[in-house]
Amino acid sequence: MPVPAAHVLVVSLLLFAIGIIGVLTRRNAIIILMSIELMMNAANLNLVAFSRQLNQIGGQVFGVFTIAIAAGEVAVGLAVVLAMYRNRDSIHVDDVRLMKG
Amino acid sequence: MVSFLSMAGLYVLLEAEFVAAVQVLVYAGGIMVLFLFVIMLVNLRDAAGMRFALRPAISAVVGLLATGLMLHLFMRGRPGPAAATSALRQGGNLQAIGEAMFSDYLLPFEIASLLLLVAMIGAILLARQPRN
Repeated sequence: MPVPAAHVLVVSLLLFAIGIIGVLTRRNAIIILMSIELMMNAANLNLVAFSRQLNQIGGQVFGVFTIAIAAGEVAVGLAVVLAMYRNRDSIHVDDVRLMKG
Repeated sequence: MVSFLSMAGLYVLLEAEFVAAVQVLVYAGGIMVLFLFVIMLVNLRDAAGMRFALRPAISAVVGLLATGLMLHLFMRGRPGPAAATSALRQGGNLQAIGEAMFSDYLLPFEIASLLLLVAMIGAILLARQPRN
């Protein structure tokens, strides 16, 4: 029995909400990156769900693209975290305020 | 993380086996290992304690409001029943994705490869040790 698209969309919405709340409330750069990954996963789930719903393969193709882009993003993000930790011995985003006027 | 593997299970339920396989390979195999490496490299002893934003209540309220807004918009229009799967199934999921990716979506494919190259160079430049 196929899964209704509405249920998948609700799951995706909850995943995105968890990601938003994680980004907004936590100040640890690594956890913020993880929350961003969570939100990207939610968007990806939407793509695949609508690909199933509308019977078009393009959604799944773009899902694969999204995963590739998420991998690149997390690589660059973790490199930034490493550089930040090396320069100022902290990974809390509140401690990095060089650009704050 | 369990969440990424559960996502792969959802993809299988949505008849997207290839995306599920890629999800397991990239997320469980690559991204989580990368996260673990960085958590190991940076000293998490001081960071292990929960440290929230300056105004966690405001942030949480904003997040919950965004969730409520999305739920409200979602309830206004629900999708109809799913179409019978035919286009996703011709010759198997992998063949359908491959044919679409290398014919209709060839330009995004090339752009994604270029972006991965740029991300790789950027990550190396950012994370390497300073010269002296």
